[in-house]
Amino acid sequence: MAVLEVVDLKKGFVSPDGERTRIVDVPRFVMNEAEQIALQGSSGSGKTTFLNLIAGILQPDSGSISISGQELASLSEAGRDRIRAQSIGYVFQTFNLLQGYTALENVLLGMMFGRGADPVYAKALLERVGLKDRMNYRPRQLSVGQQQRVAVARALANHPKLVLADEPTGNLDYQHAGAALELIREVCREQNAALLLVTHDRDILNRFDHVQNLADINKAIAPPVVEP
Amino acid sequence: MISGIFLIVRRSLRQHALSTCVTLFAVALASGLVMSVFSIQRQTNEAFTGGELGFDAVLGARGSQLQLVLNTVFHLETSPGNIPWGMYQALKSDRRIALAIPYATGDNYMGFRVVGTTSDLFEQFEYRTGKKFEVENGGRFFDSSRREAVIGSFAAARTGVKPGDVINPYHGLAYNEDSKHAEEYTVVGILKPSNTPSDRVVFIPIEGIFRMGGHVLRGSGQNYLPEAGVAIADEHKEVSAVMLKFKNPKTGFDLDMTINKQGKVATLAYPIGRVMADLFDKLGWISRVLELVAYLVVAVASAAILASIYNTINERRREFAILRALGARRATVFSAIVSEAAAIAALGSMLGFVVYAVILGAASVIVRAQTGVVLDVWSLHPALYITPIGMTVVGALAGVLPAYKAYATDVATNLTPAS
Repeated sequence: MAVLEVVDLKKGFVSPDGERTRIVDVPRFVMNEAEQIALQGSSGSGKTTFLNLIAGILQPDSGSISISGQELASLSEAGRDRIRAQSIGYVFQTFNLLQGYTALENVLLGMMFGRGADPVYAKALLERVGLKDRMNYRPRQLSVGQQQRVAVARALANHPKLVLADEPTGNLDYQHAGAALELIREVCREQNAALLLVTHDRDILNRFDHVQNLADINKAIAPPVVEP
Repeated sequence: MISGIFLIVRRSLRQHALSTCVTLFAVALASGLVMSVFSIQRQTNEAFTGGELGFDAVLGARGSQLQLVLNTVFHLETSPGNIPWGMYQALKSDRRIALAIPYATGDNYMGFRVVGTTSDLFEQFEYRTGKKFEVENGGRFFDSSRREAVIGSFAAARTGVKPGDVINPYHGLAYNEDSKHAEEYTVVGILKPSNTPSDRVVFIPIEGIFRMGGHVLRGSGQNYLPEAGVAIADEHKEVSAVMLKFKNPKTGFDLDMTINKQGKVATLAYPIGRVMADLFDKLGWISRVLELVAYLVVAVASAAILASIYNTINERRREFAILRALGARRATVFSAIVSEAAAIAALGSMLGFVVYAVILGAASVIVRAQTGVVLDVWSLHPALYITPIGMTVVGALAGVLPAYKAYATDVATNLTPAS
């Protein structure tokens, strides 16, 4: 069964001059269990919007998104929140760690909204990403690479079926970016989670077997369609 | 989810430690003040109107019942005048009366009342059921035939008088070092603390008051100056009041009829609690004002909770967006903010018990020094549990507005760090 199925997905925004600009127009996009896909997209190509639509953070103008057969449009906001908490892991470009919380608490907090806090598993995940000795450090006390690893552990804390990664290595240097990417891919493989990664970094894209250009699936890209 | 809310609340309180502490202090003051106002109100009310006083009624000169009670029971007011010794004797021999004890007032020692009385006060009177006056180790009650004094515990502590010391009473109820009586009294005992107004009194034999230099007895209607070595005829004697305990409450109503409504010579203050209750009713507006001030402070503390949390919401928008992106529902974010406000109110209320203890401790010292009545800091009053609960509810309500602001946070636009 497809973990992710997107059909006729459309999303636009009203620009400051009052025109409605379409950002996302994806006729069809499917991901299967444990599949790993890298989407190539430049800045402003609508890749973050696409991921936010899949995560249920944004509501589409039309079309459908199904996560493991569950159609998001048929759910209430609380229902989409539940799907996001239980079935989707999200690694943000800026990591989005909560600054007042320790690494362990960041991971546990993600669990609390999903399947429930499991300190043993949270510690095991942090140990898996190499932060055994940094569990009680706050984000500011961690290097950028370490923060990224906390974000990866948090994204996988609820045994998600789908992991979304938005430029996950964008804030890392070349050496750390490669290591971080391998970590994400390995952990996703271990957990049998599908990985949808978007980036414009060629070095990252070259590491994937399955790479798609966002422009190939998003008809709204270049030039944007200006609706009447 | 509850554990998530609990974690969010704990972290937020710690992250905003300064504003949390200031708000906690405001809430502590508010709840401590409310608890103190209600507790002191009830305790003073009970102590003066409903508490066990040991006596049922006071007989004194024609005049104000309130003045009579304040003068004899609480040792606060001046005496409305004297009544003949014969009235005391008549009541003492009345079968309906369990106990009649004469009081003669009008002198002081270093500002503490000197009361002339009989040894019945120590031998028969129970200031609380089953509790009679006792003297500290090494002391004894006075011998009515000697110039001896027994001093209350508070008066002894304040004046430093101890058994064996010789004291000279001063004329009048206010201490004036120029009006010292020549008569000397040997202190033979210090009363153990009774937590009653008697702790502030110096007791001497009533004969001593009769014979105090400058005292003129008018029991017979004529002026009579006692002479040393010459017995005073009962007809000349007079007392400030007779403290009464009845065998049956009905006696009080009978005496009220014969003394107050049909007689013209004396006044019977009965029941003592009702007389004091009338006073408290007249002064009830003071209590209302104090309550109003306390409620206003609660309102200010609630506003402080609202302001302190509301001001942090803007800077926390990204935090809420991240929580939502992790799967937290809007209701969870809303609950977290309301819980945070309630937690501040609840913690502040707990600290309020410290404020309450300090206020009641200070009030207790003042009330005891002025009246001899002791307030109990640990006395259980409904305000002690209603206030923390009420304050927590009010605090939670104060959190609703900032919670709504957090509830309405847009996830997508706030996920990106502000540049």
